[in-house]
Amino acid sequence: MQVTVRYFAAFREAAGRETETVETRACTPRVLFDECRSRYAELQAWESSLVAINDEMARWDSEIGEGDEVLFFPPVAGG
Amino acid sequence: MKRFSVTTRPIDLDLFRGQLTDPRCGAYVQFEGWIRDHNEGQAVLRLEYEVYEPLAVKEGETILSEATKRFGILRAAAVHRAGLMELGEAAVVVGVASPHRAEAFDACRYVIDQLKVRLPIWKKEHYASGKTEWVNCRRCAEHG
Repeated sequence: MQVTVRYFAAFREAAGRETETVETRACTPRVLFDECRSRYAELQAWESSLVAINDEMARWDSEIGEGDEVLFFPPVAGG
Repeated sequence: MKRFSVTTRPIDLDLFRGQLTDPRCGAYVQFEGWIRDHNEGQAVLRLEYEVYEPLAVKEGETILSEATKRFGILRAAAVHRAGLMELGEAAVVVGVASPHRAEAFDACRYVIDQLKVRLPIWKKEHYASGKTEWVNCRRCAEHG
């Protein structure tokens, strides 16, 4: 299936891109992120990174479907 | 008026406070987070906030609703800056009004604590040394 991936802040700089459309069999954000890491050497899995699917906060083991937009958020630092 | 907002301009503190006045309330607590000139031993010149606004606004509204229910306060609002900021400016402001002070203090604390860990907002520090670093992402900065 095809999904869109969006990288933010440190993730965007590590991947060298803001967004991409990928063909994947990953059924969770965790598996999808691992696939992305295998393409971008500098992409790190930090503890307390967050994920959203179609602009809703999600879990790393949530289900991904065809056409979803998966947003990878490195550790947040508001305030 | 939206209770949670994101702005690239300096926050107008009088306007912010004004929207929360309520004759039923005898207490008002406001928290301001300022840009500090140092972090973990490094001199900070300026800061840059990246905000994913669609979700930050949604999650910010959720946090304010939680605080309202949980502490029984009457009014709450918050605003967060995006983009480049100079030292001393307010990066975030939280205001809470309630009939009595105890719940206003508690709710204000709850809102700022939750905003810091749940909102898709990232802070990049620009140091006097010329380096920059995403806060909480040290390993990336080292590799980047």
